[in-house]
Amino acid sequence: MCRLVAITSNEYFSPMENVAALETMKEGHDGSGMGLVLKNLGGEFGELKNYPILSGICSEEGIHTLDDYLNKCGFKLKYTWTPKIKPVKCVTRRDYYFARVYDYPDNYKEKPFEEKEGLLLKTRIALRKMGEQDESIIVFAFYPDILALKEVGDPLQLAEFFSLAKSSLKAKIIFAQGRQNTNYVINLYACHPFFIQGYGSMTNGENTAFVPIREFLMSRGFPGYIGYNSDSEVFTHILHYACKRLGYPLTYYKDIITPLKTSEIETRSDSEVAKLLKISLRPLCIDGPNCVIGFTPDGTCFMVQDAKKLRPGVVGGVKGKYGLTSEECGLDSIISKRDKSQDIFPMKYDMVIITPDAQEVKIWNQLRGWTITTS
Amino acid sequence: MEPAARLDHNHELTLKDFPYIVRWRDDRCNRCGRCTAVCPMFSIEPSVVVQRIVQSDGATPEPKAVRRVVTVVKQSTDIDRSCIGCATCTLVCPNEAIEPEYNPQHKFYFHKNKGGHPYRRGGRRNNPLPSTLDRLRFTRISMLTDPALDAGRHEFRIRTYLGRILPAEELPMKMINGKLEVDKTSGLFIPPVREIYPVMIGSMSIGALSPTMWEGLAMGITYLNEVDGMPVVMCSGEGGMPQRLLKSRFIKYFIPQIASGYFGWDEIVRAIPHMIEDPCAIEIKYGQGAKPGDGGLLMAHKVLKLISEIRGVPMGVDLPSPPTHQTKYSIEESVAKMIQSMSMAWGFRVPVYPKISGTRTAKAVLNNLVRNPYAAGLSIDGEDGGTGAAYNVSMDTMGHPIASNIRECYLDLVKQGKQNELPLIAAGGIGKKGHLAANTAALIMLGASAVSIGKYIMQAAADCNGDELNRCNVCNIGKCPRGITTQDPKLYRRLDPDKVAERVVEVFKSLDVELKKIFAPMGRSTELPIGMSDGISSDDPAIAERLQISYVC
Repeated sequence: MCRLVAITSNEYFSPMENVAALETMKEGHDGSGMGLVLKNLGGEFGELKNYPILSGICSEEGIHTLDDYLNKCGFKLKYTWTPKIKPVKCVTRRDYYFARVYDYPDNYKEKPFEEKEGLLLKTRIALRKMGEQDESIIVFAFYPDILALKEVGDPLQLAEFFSLAKSSLKAKIIFAQGRQNTNYVINLYACHPFFIQGYGSMTNGENTAFVPIREFLMSRGFPGYIGYNSDSEVFTHILHYACKRLGYPLTYYKDIITPLKTSEIETRSDSEVAKLLKISLRPLCIDGPNCVIGFTPDGTCFMVQDAKKLRPGVVGGVKGKYGLTSEECGLDSIISKRDKSQDIFPMKYDMVIITPDAQEVKIWNQLRGWTITTS
Repeated sequence: MEPAARLDHNHELTLKDFPYIVRWRDDRCNRCGRCTAVCPMFSIEPSVVVQRIVQSDGATPEPKAVRRVVTVVKQSTDIDRSCIGCATCTLVCPNEAIEPEYNPQHKFYFHKNKGGHPYRRGGRRNNPLPSTLDRLRFTRISMLTDPALDAGRHEFRIRTYLGRILPAEELPMKMINGKLEVDKTSGLFIPPVREIYPVMIGSMSIGALSPTMWEGLAMGITYLNEVDGMPVVMCSGEGGMPQRLLKSRFIKYFIPQIASGYFGWDEIVRAIPHMIEDPCAIEIKYGQGAKPGDGGLLMAHKVLKLISEIRGVPMGVDLPSPPTHQTKYSIEESVAKMIQSMSMAWGFRVPVYPKISGTRTAKAVLNNLVRNPYAAGLSIDGEDGGTGAAYNVSMDTMGHPIASNIRECYLDLVKQGKQNELPLIAAGGIGKKGHLAANTAALIMLGASAVSIGKYIMQAAADCNGDELNRCNVCNIGKCPRGITTQDPKLYRRLDPDKVAERVVEVFKSLDVELKKIFAPMGRSTELPIGMSDGISSDDPAIAERLQISYVC
């Protein structure tokens, strides 16, 4: 089972905190990969918040293809960050790891953000397709204020490989996953956290309802719903579909992926809505066993469990810094000085929501509504 | 010259020409006569023969030939009285002296057309081979990558929806204080949707079924709903329903069917103002999988008082249902109108869906219904289903198997992104070999939202004798030896409706356990695994390819 560490804070911190937490949960991942997604970036990226960052890996040839394509599209390179690679045994080095900041093409500069987002998605998909066959181009994200770094290997070794401890890379929200490969072939596109248009998530567990969910998403007519090298990618896309495409408040994500029984719905004040959503979005029921940790564009982070609470998951911390981890030892590593009695282990009806800048922790219960708020 | 035929019985058939040969044991028979009295076909009769016996009575062997006149049970060689293998004789025999035996070399079909009338029968397709559904296995078993569910401990929700489902994009929602609300001012029509158990009892009419059988089924499903909380529903079949039921609160568990004869609908329409509950749904029958292209016929001798009252027709007349709806001009026009009219009759509160026989043109029907906002689903009835009465040629050779038909329809919906909008109901041969839960689960994973069963429940709940070797299969002539498909009180009183109801409940409760046993190791418990095609495989590469599932060996 994969190990998950998400940290949200009102101050910038290094991804090494996530890696250290993953290390404490080491028996749970098998070194088949680590994914990092950083949001609300600091350091040199702090000045470039309005410009999209392209995160990925290229081969020698791939980078030329990528440059040619982005130049043709009109994107102008503003800044390049590359990790300082330190050869480490067991990690196979690829040619070029990067996070590049671009300026939008001239004809897009004045356009509304919605259209810019569409262009970024289209470009990411085009790049992915170009390099998919020979793995010459791998792109994880192309979006403002989001940086993604993924590679096959043990998290601690990868941190050393990318020299993360010495790097100036920092952010206010960092998601990290240490993989336990259940997708047979190790593919970087199967590496969590997944990201699409401001929404990101990572999951542990197997998604038994993967095929019907994939078919449903792929038939929504939205170009970003592709990939699915991992059965967990659908969790991110459901989040995007519910909140962005349908415009529903975040709490309905829980109702969509783990719908209540009809008899339970009757007790809700919005029972009519909940009933309609349960029926209309029936193919998006995840059916567990999964713990999903995600974030939304405004920096809200959340954790939800499957309908039977078959996975571990804990949220805890202090005002201004909270951790969402799959195991408690991971949380201890991040914020050891906290009131452990306040730790939250979300149960089957719960959605733990942490507001932006880690100010408030709230629990949304599917049956009882908002129950606990800690701030 | 006078032909020798009369003298040497040349034009008589031999017993070897018949599908069933009655094995009668002289030494065990005590000549009680029960078998000959009970035989629905008069295939066996008491007869007298002269026997030559060599015997020896004394202390030393002194064999001598004796001629004796003895009574025997004799099988008729008249084609119209051929043994149907129902084995009612065996059932009543106190001494195990008689049983019919299947004769695979029979030449029955060569002869069963006396008077130029093709062979007509009841029952089911005579094809004893396993169906495609029986070639499917559930191969996605979660063990170590996933904590498997426990069918006995975890909660399972085995439910489905019947009715047109609006896509989320079209739901009239508005946001108020961070909460969604249904926008009542939008004026948008939200079609009715029922939450039901995914296995329905398919359309079998009062008339085709005996009063005791229909009552038993109706009591069984009512018990399942009221006592066990399992929302199992049942379709009436063509020919209406008793007024008392129509006006009762139990009507919500039933789906009245309208078919090409429109029998019973005068009575139903008259009952509408007095109905205290809406029916579950309305089924419009355009075709039947067991006999596609053929109509129905309730023979005059089945049209007794009860039937004539329910159907609103005189007693003792043949009631033919034409093969097609006589008012039907085209699917675009008449079918849409019919769906709308039926919807309107109940104020658009009741889902209305058509049923067609399995066919290569199912996708054309489907795509039309997809564009009809009032169509609540599509029921596709495959070739392996049972029927009340039809021509043998229709039953044995017409039709389309359900597996590939439902799969291609589902995948077509997926391509359009409408797989959750129009529920597909699969029928025809489910549980043919007794594997009701497995066949049901397989069809759901191929894309069906629900399945419908008929002959399985007749066999399981009322011990129907029929099988795919043409055993019994006389549902059409009112002589059902079990009392299932007859209006003859002497026969239907054999069937205890309470016992039928009890069996219906037992069947559904055990089905529920078996479905959980299938779904649990596949990690599915909250919603039905509709279209979860990665869960099933076939040991036949051609089947796997056609159904777009994996091949295993």
